[in-house]
Amino acid sequence: MEALIIEGTTKTPNVNFDSTKGVLEIKGRSIPENSIEFYKPLVDWLEEYAQSPASKTQVNVHLEYFNTSSSKCILDVFKKLETIHKNKYEVQINWYYEEDDEDMLEAGEDYESIIRVPFKMIEIVD
Amino acid sequence: MSFNINEYYTDISKGDVLLAYKGSITSALINEVLEAVEEKLERGSEEGKTRKKLYNVLVESLQNLYHHIEERHDGIEEQLDPKFGILVIEKANDHEYKVTTGNFVVSSKTKFLKEKIDKINALTKDELKDMYKFILNHQKISAKGGGGLGLVDIARKTGKKMIYNFYPYNDKYVFFDLTILV
Repeated sequence: MEALIIEGTTKTPNVNFDSTKGVLEIKGRSIPENSIEFYKPLVDWLEEYAQSPASKTQVNVHLEYFNTSSSKCILDVFKKLETIHKNKYEVQINWYYEEDDEDMLEAGEDYESIIRVPFKMIEIVD
Repeated sequence: MSFNINEYYTDISKGDVLLAYKGSITSALINEVLEAVEEKLERGSEEGKTRKKLYNVLVESLQNLYHHIEERHDGIEEQLDPKFGILVIEKANDHEYKVTTGNFVVSSKTKFLKEKIDKINALTKDELKDMYKFILNHQKISAKGGGGLGLVDIARKTGKKMIYNFYPYNDKYVFFDLTILV
């Protein structure tokens, strides 16, 4: 599979998915009015990737803001990762949050409690 | 006396206003508002935590308006833009902001909205967290793109009760406003 690269905008994050290395990065802001439209290519890509994933998949989520409409799509992304993990592949989600951003930390913990994939909460200190 | 949108708008824009707008709530407008507010807060050296919360609340309230606003306003006599809504952001205290949004809603939706907000207002922090997670995990995103998480998220992030009013307008519509303290 080729890499999936989606350039970020003021309302949508940068997405970089190197399927050979098994590294997916989502970075920036995710506040579009229509998040389904934005996340569909990524969810579809993951669906295909899940057929023959890398031995280890590492996902780095580094969002400054995300809206509630994105929150469901992010859950869909994580559910695809959960399937890969269930199939005995190693999956790790790194959830980055900025120092003092308790809301973002809590959001990560919400996902951690719903999705059966190892999470790591990483605080970014300026 | 019946409700007058211009008088109402003048009245609520009297405080220490950061931004006030009335007109169509479009995607482009949302971008402009967010950019303007972000710039003002950065210049005003507001602390990061408050800035982030306010930004989040603005995104959710504006997108709530955007998704739920009536496309047309049958029988509303004043010259209103399609998708008409109002937004006022004012500084209430040190590190505290007041965000008010308003729009016309069909009168029959009043009960549903009231019950929804009252229910959210009555929940504790932990109950809000549980409700958020339940909706996140069990409900599909509606065609409108929402999904019922917006108000729960606002309540969770602010930790404060939302204040609302319904102003009778005519046979079909009421004007609904929602005030959030951040």
